[in-house]
Order: sequence, then structure tokens, then C-alpha cells
Amino acid sequence: MIAIDLIQTAFVALSTNKLRTGLTVLGIVIGVGAVIALMAAGQGAEQGVTKEVRGLGSNLLVIEPTQTEQGGGPIRMTASTLTSQDAAAIKDTESFPYVGGVVAQYSLDLETQLVGNGRNTTASALIATQPDFEYVRSYNVAVGRFFTDEDMSRKKTNVVLGAKVAEDLFDTPEDAVGKSVRLSFGPFSLSLTVIGVMEERGASGSGTDDTQIYSPLTTFLARVPFGRSATGASNVQEIIVKVTESSKLTQTQQDIEQLLYERHDSTEDFTVKTQSDLLSTANKVSRTMTILLGAIAGISLVVGGIGIMNIMLVSVTERTREIGIRKAVGASAGDILMQFIIEAIIVTLAGGVIGVIAGVAAARVANGQDFGTGSPVATVVTPVSIFAAFGVSVLIGLFFGIYPAFRASRLDPIEALRAE
Amino acid sequence: MIRLRGIIKIYRAGDVLVPALQGIDLDIERGEFLAIVGPSGSGKSTLMHILGCLDRPTRGTYELEGHDVHRMSDVQLARIRSRRIGFVFQSFNLLPRLSAIAQVELPLTYRGSRNRRALALRALAQVGVLDRARHRPTQMSGGQQQRVAIARALVTNPALILADEPTGALDTKSTADLMETFVLLNRERGMTIVLVTHEMEVAAYTRRVVQMRDGRIISDAPPERMSALTLVRSEHQEGASA
Repeated sequence: MIAIDLIQTAFVALSTNKLRTGLTVLGIVIGVGAVIALMAAGQGAEQGVTKEVRGLGSNLLVIEPTQTEQGGGPIRMTASTLTSQDAAAIKDTESFPYVGGVVAQYSLDLETQLVGNGRNTTASALIATQPDFEYVRSYNVAVGRFFTDEDMSRKKTNVVLGAKVAEDLFDTPEDAVGKSVRLSFGPFSLSLTVIGVMEERGASGSGTDDTQIYSPLTTFLARVPFGRSATGASNVQEIIVKVTESSKLTQTQQDIEQLLYERHDSTEDFTVKTQSDLLSTANKVSRTMTILLGAIAGISLVVGGIGIMNIMLVSVTERTREIGIRKAVGASAGDILMQFIIEAIIVTLAGGVIGVIAGVAAARVANGQDFGTGSPVATVVTPVSIFAAFGVSVLIGLFFGIYPAFRASRLDPIEALRAE
Repeated sequence: MIRLRGIIKIYRAGDVLVPALQGIDLDIERGEFLAIVGPSGSGKSTLMHILGCLDRPTRGTYELEGHDVHRMSDVQLARIRSRRIGFVFQSFNLLPRLSAIAQVELPLTYRGSRNRRALALRALAQVGVLDRARHRPTQMSGGQQQRVAIARALVTNPALILADEPTGALDTKSTADLMETFVLLNRERGMTIVLVTHEMEVAAYTRRVVQMRDGRIISDAPPERMSALTLVRSEHQEGASA
């Protein structure tokens, strides 16, 4: 029996019971759609993280404090042993010829209310940093100026606004410079003078650059109550080092590790990571999430497959007589086997096609929505996940169709012809 | 063409062995028109299943056009059915969803034949239901449905047409028409036809009647030579067991 006849026969059989076929297809649609949509969410998160790390700039080393618990892994501390003095030591060009710039900084990843020009807006984070920031992050002021060593030493209450923040409060960056804004998070509030507005990064930065505000580290440590540790040292959250030559990245990484090890009384309470280290760590997390989401969606695909098997078994029982007739007029066991397998595959393939469309549509709709959480979800549908969903749905049809088809093919023609 | 020797068929019904055929010897030549008659349980259906390659004998040999059918695997039997045998059933056994033309094309599909449409139309014309080619079974009378079934049986130009109580579901008029069709196919096209029936009027259309009882052949003669007594007894028993 040739393929076209098999397919035609399958369509006749499937159209006999349209509602049943439709519901079976729906099971696969939901499974495939869920796989596509959830994989898209996972991939989106992965790409988001990658973009964030890449958006930091190039040839960077990131130093973060750690504290090792007994038997546990490293834990990131918001305030620990890393100080701005460590940053100053790294900046010593004699011992580190390839260090181009160093910033010690504190990112307050809190939604910060800003009032200025009679309006208010929300900044996604306050970055308390140092004058090298522009150079290290390759991210410059568009209007006005960034803070200087003098601002640092005088602990001036200056602020540089991200492009979006400036636009929200003052329409144009030019209007913003020289104005005063009031910043508050929780019960704490502070009045700052705008000295500059950063260039607009849009999609090319880490994603949140434009909605952040930047102020001198010293001002932050002096003014914000939890900026200073119990010992009185000016602890920082991270130190970012820009290396002038990418070939010297690893060497510089090792040198800095050695220096800090000595400075920290031979305790390794910090990590020095390259961007690729950061990426691989972050990607490991988001990949795990993608796999987890995919697995959950995969379960619904398997459930859809079981639905197919169920319906196929019912169908074989109902069509026993038809199978008998077909065998009597010359169908071999192989012909019957193929007929039922093709039926199952057509159902899953239809489910696969509709599921892909539904999944892609769901991913599109969800893209950029924050679902009330404040952080928008990014979804990325890759061709791989589409092909995988197709392939898997055909395999599911094959896998769950083969047993019912086998049962059908093994029916004894005499018995089958007697069936009602 | 057909040579059965010492055919024995034993069924297993639970723990009980049921002997359905107890040693059948039968030769059928090309172009014969033969009826197998007998009461229910006489083994005539079992014999027909074996003749039709739907079943294998427990013991004995069956040669069909020189092929040792009793030795064949399921796949080989399916091929023999597809190439050499056409079935006609009491209950027509048409597929409810298909038009007459599609029903007749079905055996050709499994053989992978070309020209299916043309062959099917010719077969429908031969049994006089060409005008019903586009109709589904539910849109046809019993007689017409059975003609479509005959067209389906003969479309592959089989060596043997096997009809199991082909008139069992038809009225007297349709029965006569259908039997005329069989006679015509046998006489004009030289088709070998074996039909199983318990109606003597039907058997009377054939040229040879094989009578069975308890899994054995008890007489084998042209219909006009069948003794009235056997016929009466046969019909009486049929009535009693029904």
C-alpha cells in the first residue's frame, strides 16, 4: 500500500469522529505549546543574563566578597571584607601594568523614588561608584560631567542620572543638569544635585543602565546608614577591574588574587572572576531553569501522548470488523500496522503544528510583560525548539501509536470479521 | 487447482478441543461452480476459512494453484488472499465510510495495482451497479451492496471467489438476481466460485454440491442428483439447531 493511500485512509478514519480527534489533537497542542512557550521563557532568561554580563563592557574582572560556611558553598555577602582600599591597591600601576581602571562600587538594587522638577519617577537601582566608572564600563556621560576625585574626597551630594530617569523628570538631559532631586527609599531620603546625564544605552547595555542613577561611593558610604560595616571600614559590594589587554586577563586575575590574599591575612574571602566565568555561572543557572521548565512542559506532552494511545486503543476495538474486512481483502499485518501508526502520527503532527503556532503566539504575548512583578519577562523562540517540538511530537505519535497499531495488526481475521 | 487432503481442524475452546473438520479430501478444478451445504456446526464455515487462507488446517495439506498453503506464514497468507482469492460475505462487509468505487478499489490498493479506478469501474459494470459507483453502503439496497461486494471480490481477477452465505441477508428477488450474476460470472468469465449456503434453492444454481456433516463430506454430486431425503434432513436439522 502506498503512502498516499495510507494518508487518505487515515484522514477518512480521523474525520469519522471529529470531536474525538479534535480533543486528542488538543492534548498534543497543549503539550507542544507549553514546551515551546516555557522553553522560550527559559531561553529569554538565558539571553537576558548574557546580555547583562556583556553589557558591562569588555576585558573586565569582577571581584566579589565571599564567605564560606562550614560545609557549604560560597555565599555572596552584601557587606563583607572587600573594601575600597583593596580597589586602591589594585589601581597601583607599578604592580599591575595592565590594569586600566578600577571601580569599587555598591549597587543598591532597590527601587528608589526620585522627585524633581515637580515630578517623580522610579530608578531601578542606585549605583554608588568611583570616577573610573565611565572608562571601566565604556559608558559615558552625554550631558554635564561624571563625578571626579574631588567629588569623591568631598563626599559631594552629586548624582548622575540614567537617560530614562532624566527624561522622566526633566524631558531633556540639558534641563536636568544643575537641578536638584530628592531620593528616597524606605524611610531614608537624601537631596542630590544632578551633575550629568548618561548616554542612552537602550538595548545595547545591560538592559537596566538607563533606569539607574549613579553617585559617588564616598557620599553613599557616608550618608547611607548601612553603607559602613561594624569595623568602620568602607566595605564595598564589588570591585570591577578593566584590563587593557585581553591576553593579560588571566595573568592579571591571578596577580589580583595573590594581592588580595595577602591583604586579607591569607584568607580567601573573595572571588576574582572574568566575564566568561560570570557568564558560565549565570548560564548554568538559567540553563537549569530552561531544562526544568522544559521538563514540566514535557510531562504535559507525555500526558497528551497517553491520550493518543488511549484513543487509538478504543479505535482499534471499535474498528475490529473493519480490520477483519481489510485483512480479508488482502491487507497484510504490516498494512494494518502502518495504517494505525500513520493515524497516530497525523494526530500528533497536527497537534505539533498547532502547538508550535500557539506556543510561539504565547511567547510573543508574554514577551515584555511583567505580570505585576516589576521585572519584564523576555521570551526567545529558537528554531531549535520549534524543530525539537515537531520531532518530539512525531516520536510521541510513533511511540504511543505503535502498541495499539500492533494490537490491530495481530487481530485474527476470522475473529475480527465476527465482531459487531 | 485446489487440492485438499486429510484436512483436520481442531479448535481449542477453553480446555475443550473441538474438532471442526475431521478429514476432508476435496478437489476443485478451474471454472467450477460449487456449493458447500450442511447444517450449522457441520464445519462448512471452517472449511471456507481454510479455503480462503484466513486460517490454517491443524493437519492435512492444501494446495492452491500449486502453492502449499498449509505451510505458509501469516504474511504469505495475506499475499495469497490479496492475489488469488475474493471474498463475499453474508453481511456484505462493506466499509461504511467508503463509496462503492472506493470499496472495490480497496483490494487493488493492498496489491499496489495501477489503473485502480478503471479496473474498479469495470468490475462494478460487470455486476451491474456502475450507476451506484459514488454511493455509500447506506444509500444502497441489500442486493446492490452485495453486488458491490462481489465486484470487490472479482476486481483482482482472483483464482477463486469464496462466498459465505451470500444470499443470507437478501429477499427472494434479490437472491435470484444475485445468483444469476454468479452464474454469469462462472459461465462467461470462467471464474471459479465456491459458495457456502444452507438454502437448497441457492445451491441449485451451482453445478456441484458438496454436503457436509460433523466435519466430514457426506455427499458430493451435481444438484439434480442430490437425494430429496438428504436435503429434507439437512433443512430440518438446520431449523432445529437455529
